[in-house]
Amino acid sequence: MYKTIESSGISKSFGPTKALDEISFSVNESEVFGFIGPDGAGKTTLFRIITTLLLPDKGEIKVLGLDCKADYKKLRKNIGYMPGRFSLYQDLTVEENLNFYATVFGTTIEENYDLISDIYSHIEPFKKRLAGKLSGGMKQKLALSCALIHKPELLVLDEPTTGVDAVSRSEFWDMLAKLRQHKITILVSTPYMDEAMRCDRVALIQGGKILAIDTPQKIREGFSKKLFSARASEKYKLIKALKQFHNTLTAYPFGDSVHVTFMNDTIDDSLYDHLKTSGINDAYITETEAGIEDRFLELMNKPE
Amino acid sequence: MDNKVIKVRNLVKRFGKFVANDNLTFDVHEGEIFGFLGANGAGKTTAIRILSGLLEPTSGEVIVAGFNAGRESEQIKKNIGYMCQKFSLYEDLTVKENITLYGGIYGLKTSVIRNRIHELLEKLHFREYENRLISALPLGLRQKLAFSVAVLHEPKIVFLDEPTGGVDPITRRQFWEMIYETAAKGITVFVTTHYMDEAEYCDRISIMSEGKIVALDTPENLKKQFNAGTVEEVFIKIARPNISPIHNS
Repeated sequence: MYKTIESSGISKSFGPTKALDEISFSVNESEVFGFIGPDGAGKTTLFRIITTLLLPDKGEIKVLGLDCKADYKKLRKNIGYMPGRFSLYQDLTVEENLNFYATVFGTTIEENYDLISDIYSHIEPFKKRLAGKLSGGMKQKLALSCALIHKPELLVLDEPTTGVDAVSRSEFWDMLAKLRQHKITILVSTPYMDEAMRCDRVALIQGGKILAIDTPQKIREGFSKKLFSARASEKYKLIKALKQFHNTLTAYPFGDSVHVTFMNDTIDDSLYDHLKTSGINDAYITETEAGIEDRFLELMNKPE
Repeated sequence: MDNKVIKVRNLVKRFGKFVANDNLTFDVHEGEIFGFLGANGAGKTTAIRILSGLLEPTSGEVIVAGFNAGRESEQIKKNIGYMCQKFSLYEDLTVKENITLYGGIYGLKTSVIRNRIHELLEKLHFREYENRLISALPLGLRQKLAFSVAVLHEPKIVFLDEPTGGVDPITRRQFWEMIYETAAKGITVFVTTHYMDEAEYCDRISIMSEGKIVALDTPENLKKQFNAGTVEEVFIKIARPNISPIHNS
């Protein structure tokens, strides 16, 4: 099968900092592929290499079947890149920005309008407004429109939802879902673990290394322990008490409960006795399914 | 007994014709972890700037740590701590220099600062980083240090504006344990976040929309009131009723 991205052993250092350490992965055509990881994981460096803006120190990478170094000019014509920081011209209007990007790539707004219409229609009523005067959500829609206007085969989105509220994040993913019908391959990075569920496949990345690559479902199933969810009215006390219990392996707050794993994968009376001694009489513990973030935490803790 | 450390009555803030804060009324209690939520542009930042004495309200009464936000903003600044995601510590100063600088700004005695540096470095397992530049620290450590510095002078209230943005999942949780510890000491924590799971860790949360507070209660009660399983669902129902949460794609 044709691979949109194929990379093996990519490394990149900045002085003493190893930003990427032997990164290997491939992305299939028309796939929504997510890089999930915190700040400093290496996501932006990797995306800059993929978009031919940076050369790796080591390793092989082909994008759309082309070499990122030798064929960079050809490649750039077929990639749409939305960097993490808003980088459109603030002193041009919405329409001028879009027109500019279209012209640079030798096309027109009209020619590819159907591709961006779902997104651009939201901001079109404000097309005479300066880009610098737009709200965050509108800037994001304009940036996405500009990245798409030349009908790229590969769309690269670097943390499009960072600092964005939960509702706008959800709306953004709805827009990406609609883009799928145009068969564009989408590569996206995010620090929000819940967004993994919106991708076909994801790579969990931390400290320049890939911890796991798979479908979100398979990654969740990779969780190696039985996971329990514990609740009590005094949550901080509960976390502390669970951490002190001799059989506890990990205890992490997760929303309104605490996710716990035990060395022997079971809960018995000794746990409830321990909690009672610690002053918790209303503990309610049930088995639960691991999510992406549970698995991420497990992989982060795994000794190398 | 009045244990309200923040008391807001009919707060209005206008910028020209635009009403950023539209008649806000709420209280925050001593030692409470208060989550201040809202969509981008809902007016959170404006409200925090008023509460921390950086901006004057157009009208209404705002009392923070016993002082009036309009007339006594300088006293407020001495009694609060503040940290945000974007700026917190000087990157070209070392860990020790930053602590010393902030201690000095807050008017702590040199001997007290020296003790605090020692305590902090021990508590955060930071000894080896003492003379390291902030710019050379991983983000997670930086944020934990920034929080510790924000409460260095043991303020009555600490404001945390998206303190965990982009932080890895383990550090994010360690950070919240620091918040719990701080609140247990009686320091009120006023926090904003885009992580809806973190909203569940708060004692009470308020949700802003278009300049108004549209919901304020414990996470438990809000979920009941909005017939929702999580705070994220509550948030989405309030902010935009016709949208599904992230994970139900």
